[in-house]
Amino acid sequence: MNKTPAIELRNITKTFGKVFANRDVSLEVFYGEILSLLGENGSGKTTLMNMIAGIYYPDEGQILVNGEEAVIRSPKDAFRYKIGMIHQHFKLVDVFTATENVILGLKEKGRYDIKKAREKVKAISEQYGFEIDPDKKIYEMSVSEKQTVEIIKVLYRGADILMLDEPTAVLTPQETEKLFKVLRKMKEAGKAIVIITHKLHEVLAISDRVSVLRKGAYIGTLETAATNESELTEMMVGKKISLNIDRTDPKDPEERLIVAHLSCMNREGLKVLKDVSFTAYSGEILGIAGIAGSGQRELLETIAGLQPITDGGIQYITPGTGIIENLRDKTPMEIRALGVRLSFVPEDRLGMGLVGNMDITENMMLRSYRRGRSVFLEKKAPKSLADQIIEQLEVVTPSRETAVRKLSGGNVQKVLVGREIAAAPTVLMAAYPVRGLDINSSYLIYNLLNEQKANGVAVIFVGEDLDVLVELCDRILVIGHGEVTGIVDGRTAKKEEIGLLMTKGGSKV
Amino acid sequence: MKEPLFHIIKRTDVVWWKAWLIRAIAILAAFLVAAILTVIMTGLNPFSVFGAMFSGAFGTERRILKLFQGTAILLCIGLAVTPAFRMRFWNIGAEGQVLAGGMAAATVLIFAGDRMPSAFVIILCLAAAVTAGAIWAVIPALFKAKWNTNETLFTLMMNYIAIQIIKYFVLLWSVPKGSGQIGIINGTSQSGWLPKLFGQDYIFNIVIVAILTVLVFVYLRYTKHGYEISVVGESEKTARYIGINVKKVIIRTMILSGAIAGLAGFLLVNGTDHTISADTAGGNGFTAIMVSWLAKFNPLVMFLSSFLIVFLQKGAGQITTDFGLNKSFSDILTGIIIFFIIGCEFFINYRIVFRSSRKEAEKS
Repeated sequence: MNKTPAIELRNITKTFGKVFANRDVSLEVFYGEILSLLGENGSGKTTLMNMIAGIYYPDEGQILVNGEEAVIRSPKDAFRYKIGMIHQHFKLVDVFTATENVILGLKEKGRYDIKKAREKVKAISEQYGFEIDPDKKIYEMSVSEKQTVEIIKVLYRGADILMLDEPTAVLTPQETEKLFKVLRKMKEAGKAIVIITHKLHEVLAISDRVSVLRKGAYIGTLETAATNESELTEMMVGKKISLNIDRTDPKDPEERLIVAHLSCMNREGLKVLKDVSFTAYSGEILGIAGIAGSGQRELLETIAGLQPITDGGIQYITPGTGIIENLRDKTPMEIRALGVRLSFVPEDRLGMGLVGNMDITENMMLRSYRRGRSVFLEKKAPKSLADQIIEQLEVVTPSRETAVRKLSGGNVQKVLVGREIAAAPTVLMAAYPVRGLDINSSYLIYNLLNEQKANGVAVIFVGEDLDVLVELCDRILVIGHGEVTGIVDGRTAKKEEIGLLMTKGGSKV
Repeated sequence: MKEPLFHIIKRTDVVWWKAWLIRAIAILAAFLVAAILTVIMTGLNPFSVFGAMFSGAFGTERRILKLFQGTAILLCIGLAVTPAFRMRFWNIGAEGQVLAGGMAAATVLIFAGDRMPSAFVIILCLAAAVTAGAIWAVIPALFKAKWNTNETLFTLMMNYIAIQIIKYFVLLWSVPKGSGQIGIINGTSQSGWLPKLFGQDYIFNIVIVAILTVLVFVYLRYTKHGYEISVVGESEKTARYIGINVKKVIIRTMILSGAIAGLAGFLLVNGTDHTISADTAGGNGFTAIMVSWLAKFNPLVMFLSSFLIVFLQKGAGQITTDFGLNKSFSDILTGIIIFFIIGCEFFINYRIVFRSSRKEAEKS
């Protein structure tokens, strides 16, 4: 190729403390192409892009823009080089409209002219095929619309080099397809696009070339057309691994948890769950699919006794005896007092499931500290449980006395899941248990869930990756706008079918 | 290449001796700056000024005793706020809780003083003071638990109420009438006064606070209650998730917090002042907040932080009298020293790497 790269990185190194986030990374991005930056969580993809976007400053190495060395010390500098980044977490003002958000912080010459800005936003939308109402307020928007605003914001500032950090993480398959269409149009318009992702099929679908990072180091760049999933996985992980999840047939399923006509409201008095009914059986994994924020969290929290219910009921059928316990309006303590062994791996691991500043032993005690009559804490059993989990789940930690907040995401999750499974549950609820985990840890968690299923536990699994849901779950409940929009068989369901169900619901009650 | 002048890097783990080395350097630096300022502003020999500081704190046996007595009271109030602080409940009402306790103790002293044996009076005073302190603290806790009111403002306002109540009763009961002060209570009979130990005043106070320090340390570190306090403080969501009754913990902990503050009031009235006024707590209710924070809520370390602060207070007072300086000057010196001690925590948590030294730092 005899072109000048839009961006060229030469031997970039960045450390945080003693940890190398990026080590000697070199790569190039050209105009008119889409480059995928592939790597597991913690491999340094975002750090690398943040250095181009002016959020971090490299410890060593050079960044060249259009063939000339560039010093990018702030996002403002980045815009001067026509570089724009779309972050994973949106930075928008909720009560402003799309247009207002787009021009926020811009110092344009002349008077503040919202009409002109609005026209420009419209023109950009039409050029690339965005569907957006410039006057819509952010709080009325879906996640995908918010993302669109972020992209327009960057284009409005004249960016020719766009970097998107895991843009599809929050989108449905249909929305992802739309986004990809837009990206292709931008590419045709000559923009250089970098998309950070760890989803292989997306890499293959959208990019022209793919660069792989592993543990901060640059592994290599391939032409997308000339590679495949297993080769990319091997580059990403460093060894060959099989990407298959075993799915056994449920053994003697019994009704374990019956949720009937469940409704609940959030603090603002809006209904977040509407008339949700389903049954969870022992020995099966029930998946829950839905766009983020459709009521999944509330559903699990109501069952766990953490959210008040406005309508409906939750019944637990005791294994063996068949005695029915009513869990409605019970606190977590009361539920446990009934002998219901309900384990819950919440979405917010360090904010709810664990205490970040406490060590592994103390986090084990969360479930067990009340045992015994003594006013003093008993630490022996939690200590040995901590040791056991560290050993069996291969938790990488300097010691048992390390604060869990200092562990990596995967290890934090192992500690949490390990503790919840150690309680020998009959119902295990897990919300996004593999979010942010590397491939190996993810498969370890899937295996743990499968083990629990084999032990006759009723497993409820809230997931976001539809590929995993259809591979792992026996049945999948789809939730949209707080309503059950369908329950499908995991063995026969198609991703597209689930994606469609996810967008339904939301009828006025 | 135009690099930024310096980077701030977070330290991951600091060895304990390194942390203490940084603190020692900070204290040295503080004295250096204080010395320079002394020369510039007063022309005095800084060493004689520092000498006066030490003599003010350690000069005589009586001064040493007063130093430890002051430390005991400040530490006791620090112990009072600490359980609440560990729960992230910002109780800045210790001043009022101490006064409430002191007022209750003084009331018992005045009315029961000469009617029963001194030991009974002491026990009665203690019970009254602890109860009053607890009540003063539990009111904001109840409001917080029920209506999620802001505990910082609420406890602060409770201080003013306590101060005004005391002012009212001091006028009402003033001896002699109309003097505007209560004077020494039971001065002749010494009924209800804490007895001397080893022939010295204040030792009783010091012993009680020493025992209390260990008890609070054990309570916070080794009991189920202490564990619940930590969990609620770290994350209310986690606490609810595992089924801790957060409201109950808040109320229970504030009762404890107030009770200890009430005890401090008792020690002040029965063991130290033998009188009551709106100045009985003397701002220690606020200084105790700093004591607790400086020690990162560890009761054992709080001995050091309270000792340091009382030492500075006593020393500063001595400078003022010895050299006839304005009190503001000794406040400046105290301020400098405390500033450096608090400021050095930044250097314990972060490292600064300058442009020129960076390449070398990477090599090593």
